[in-house]
Amino acid sequence: MENLTFDLAQTSLRELNQFLHNDAKKGEVDKVTVLNPDGAHNIAVGLDCPVTVEVHGHAGYYAGGMNKTARVVIHGSAGTGVGENMMSGVVHVKGFASNGAGASAHGGLLVIDGDAGLRCGISLKGGDIVVGGSVGSFSAFMAQAGRMVICGDAGDALGDSLYEAVLYVRGNIKSMGADTQIEPMSDADYAAVADLLRQAGIEHNPKEFKRVASKRELYYWNADANQEY
Amino acid sequence: MEAKPIKHLSKEESAGYDRKTLDYIRNAAAHGLYEIRGMGAKRKLPNFDDLVFLGASLSRYALEGYREKCSTKTILGTRFAKKPIELETPITIAGMSFGALSANVKEALGRAATEVGTSTTTGDGGMTPEERLSSKTLVYQCLPSRYGFNPDDVRRADAIEVVIGQGAKPGGGGMLLGQKVSARVAGMRTLPAGVDQRSACRHPDWTGPDDLAIKIQELREMTDWEKPIYVKVGATRTFNDVKLAVHAGADVIVVDGMQGGTAATQTCFIEHIGIPTLAALRQAVDALEDLDMKGKVQLIISGGVRTGPDVAKALAMGADAVAIGQGVMIAMGCNGETYCQGGQHHSAIADYAALGTAPGFCHHCHTGKCPVGITTQDEILEQRLEPMVGAKHLKNYLKTLNMELTTIARACGKQNVHHLEREDLVALTVEAAAMARLPLAGTSWVPGFSGY
Repeated sequence: MENLTFDLAQTSLRELNQFLHNDAKKGEVDKVTVLNPDGAHNIAVGLDCPVTVEVHGHAGYYAGGMNKTARVVIHGSAGTGVGENMMSGVVHVKGFASNGAGASAHGGLLVIDGDAGLRCGISLKGGDIVVGGSVGSFSAFMAQAGRMVICGDAGDALGDSLYEAVLYVRGNIKSMGADTQIEPMSDADYAAVADLLRQAGIEHNPKEFKRVASKRELYYWNADANQEY
Repeated sequence: MEAKPIKHLSKEESAGYDRKTLDYIRNAAAHGLYEIRGMGAKRKLPNFDDLVFLGASLSRYALEGYREKCSTKTILGTRFAKKPIELETPITIAGMSFGALSANVKEALGRAATEVGTSTTTGDGGMTPEERLSSKTLVYQCLPSRYGFNPDDVRRADAIEVVIGQGAKPGGGGMLLGQKVSARVAGMRTLPAGVDQRSACRHPDWTGPDDLAIKIQELREMTDWEKPIYVKVGATRTFNDVKLAVHAGADVIVVDGMQGGTAATQTCFIEHIGIPTLAALRQAVDALEDLDMKGKVQLIISGGVRTGPDVAKALAMGADAVAIGQGVMIAMGCNGETYCQGGQHHSAIADYAALGTAPGFCHHCHTGKCPVGITTQDEILEQRLEPMVGAKHLKNYLKTLNMELTTIARACGKQNVHHLEREDLVALTVEAAAMARLPLAGTSWVPGFSGY
């Protein structure tokens, strides 16, 4: 099994992604190293095989977007929409992530060691997100399914219009979004947090987390709901 | 002597507080919620009926209507995609969701479209196996909600349409009321069954045209630059929006005017937000010509395209293709008095009455109780539209439109429907002339452009 290196200072992004979509699928290469990403957008998008991609440097928008089964590690920070709409596999940002990290992810695990910007986990549909630092405002907006573990603080309107996704927050929440509430942690919640932290390689005591979930009061049209929709 | 009582000959209804407005106020007072309904704008608007073709005569040479060739072939996505869409006709099927429509209807759309050589389009809620199997050419929508959005379906699609908005509700997200969020629909959308689903109005991972350029590049990288990328906008500031979509890298731009339909949205959206298709089409063509992108980026117009003459006028004004939603549903039986099940016609009138409406007036798609089985997820009602029957009627409708289109093109002396041009058209009303920037028939007056 081979470890292949793509230096984006020498090779185009197109060649990298074409390789990851076609040649990597044949199973002859199990690790691809990307050098000099220099903030390029759309690195390793649409992967569909269990290859590992190690990006050494900062990635632009949508790194690891729509991932299936691959493991994409960014040894740097990531731009908007890292791991957006991923279905399975792992996307791991060793630095910080910009807005919309893990947007609409249907599955898999997104780990951000540092902080994440606005709208982290927006529209989440079943994926898991672990953020080592804090998340910006409007995170988990309309999140439908899946779990988010936030080891730091959350900004304004956390989990606004949440559906069935569950959020675990260790730090302070600046403000709650419409139709969300803090709920007691059950043994299953502690176990879930412990498991996600273990998968992310981040150490904290699950007992320090609180659970945020939907009040489910805005699931149906209701004239007495005071226009909170 | 007492005055003789006056017998009044008429009662005066207020123009401002007419019966429609009284209904509106009473409904608001009773429910505390805005009205939600299906279909498109019902108000009278300047439209394609306000234009006529000049046809050939002494100054132009006509083609034989029944004999001489007139091509309708249409190619979409020639700007960047390695595999552009090749269609036999410029008449395509607009995006409509499984959820809004039953799985049977989606299958019927695919069957008819495949038979006449055109494309169908998914909607909010993802791609069903039924429509992929039945559609030779399927356009896959990427919507703000991303319900059911799946990279495998991106790879299975023939083109990707990034939906910014739709004509019935520019600035608004989709809506599907709980009665239509069946177990299957809910499963595809990752929602609890039965919730009143209100989709997001903005995409979760990008904002603005510069971001959209990167999003489009992602979809291209994802599909190895093979598939055309469409961008669909609801008609508002169309001149600017089309320019921005070109800037963002679209292969094809879909402009949906305010007559465009929906399965459910607020009436205030349908009737009061957006501009008529006629005005939007002219602005879109202006934008492409301004950028020297006419013919390089293809333009699809939708919203109230109903007939062959509508298609011909849209093409003459500069569209490369049209998309039809409501007309397609009506061809399959929407608003009809009967439905055809098991080879027999059955009356649906009682079911319309139960909804408080009647054939010809129904816009109750949002209820999920479509009397003819089109906009429903109900197990009994959906059987009222049999895929083969629906497909046959739809095929007939599309063929008729195509025949009318070529008939008009030949009468204007064109061997190819895409050769129809603005010079072939004049307007019948001042409003249409101004919006379409065409001369009023029999004059050289283009309101706003010829000096006064």
